[in-house]
Amino acid sequence: MKLVNKILRGDVGAASRLMKDIEDEAPDATDELKKLYPHTGKAYVVGVTGAPGVGKSTLIDTLIKVFCQGAMKVGVIAIDPSSPFTGGAILGDRIRMKYFSKDQSVFIRSIATRGWTGGLSKHTLSMIHVMDAMGKDIVLVETVGSGQVEIDITKIADTSIVALCPGGGDEIQTMKGGILEAADILVVNKADREGADDLKLKLEIMINRRIYSPDQWKPGVFLTQASNGAGVAELMEEIFRHKDFLITSGGLRANREKRARIGLHEAIRSYVENYISEKIANNTYLDNLISDIAERKTDPYSAVSEITDKLIGTTIK
Amino acid sequence: MKGQKRIKVLMAMPALESHTRGLFTVASMFRDAGMEVVLLGNELPERIVDTALQEAVDVVGISTYCGSPVVFGRDLLKYAEDKGIKKNTAFIIGGIFPPKDEPTLKEMGFCGVFPPGPGATREKIIACVEGAVKK
Repeated sequence: MKLVNKILRGDVGAASRLMKDIEDEAPDATDELKKLYPHTGKAYVVGVTGAPGVGKSTLIDTLIKVFCQGAMKVGVIAIDPSSPFTGGAILGDRIRMKYFSKDQSVFIRSIATRGWTGGLSKHTLSMIHVMDAMGKDIVLVETVGSGQVEIDITKIADTSIVALCPGGGDEIQTMKGGILEAADILVVNKADREGADDLKLKLEIMINRRIYSPDQWKPGVFLTQASNGAGVAELMEEIFRHKDFLITSGGLRANREKRARIGLHEAIRSYVENYISEKIANNTYLDNLISDIAERKTDPYSAVSEITDKLIGTTIK
Repeated sequence: MKGQKRIKVLMAMPALESHTRGLFTVASMFRDAGMEVVLLGNELPERIVDTALQEAVDVVGISTYCGSPVVFGRDLLKYAEDKGIKKNTAFIIGGIFPPKDEPTLKEMGFCGVFPPGPGATREKIIACVEGAVKK
């Protein structure tokens, strides 16, 4: 049987191998993705982000459980950082995800950022496509532990959850731009700790300070204790309330378009990058340009125009 | 950007182990050698194999000292065979167990066996993994 057909039937080994090829940028992977793409677009993508140690992985573990109890098939993509020094990585999310489904309906994949910034890895979207094609109803994406500006997840998720825990600073932190603005749902995890109610209140004040039109989604704040599952059923209900909102408001369609846009941009960028590294960087052309720039015979801005003209001038113009 | 292939290792230990130091130490060695290490912790052989399948790892590393590496290893490799990953995955095992178990474990299919002693150094463990993956 062909790889694509195996994946469409939910074959874990086949999907897993393709994901490996995608990560390693094996030449065949793109062809397989081309064949899979028409079968994607059904899974609902939920992103979970937040600072290191707030309990994202444990929260996902309990979400997996409640989704499974609702007879849903769940995929998880858990991203952890690669070392900028050695390129190695400790992928330590999965150790928290102990919920076991005997029928393998839960597929968890750990991936390293491999130098990618923004909280995701370069191939997250393609990984989502594979899980989607396998027939997963929900794909949960756990970002690397992030601070303020790693908001790429909100560009690819239908529902973005930002998790926090008590002890993370005062009200000023809630006023800053970035990740808190991008959340569809805010979660205060470790809610048994001192300061949880206070943090929830501050977040609600933050939300109420903004102006929402009636047709806009207004994020709610939820208290959870991921370690014992408290509050997680309510969180799941909120995810579905947001999904219903997106369906009625047309947001779901807009999200699909947003993802398609990002996917296309990424594919172009990746193609151009590879083209440059294969066709240009391997000869003396760039070296000559660099030495000309250093000697002020030309400038970097003209050099870029020259290169891009060579690249796309003849085909797109 | 192309060809960012990296060795991916799954590190686990039998379900009743309580000491994590060995597992974490070896996992950190692998990370520092530029490998990607999925931490699993305590698990049953079936789940270690299922995880290895989902993660498409090149290597499965077992840390053990609870006294039954042969029984555990046999179960693990049997499931690996059943799931079709034994051939393409390198299995290594290390920890506190009698060196006399080494030949049995190797015969069973572990390509690297590291009981206590001068054989279990950082260099030897990493060389074993890199050599096994190249094959």
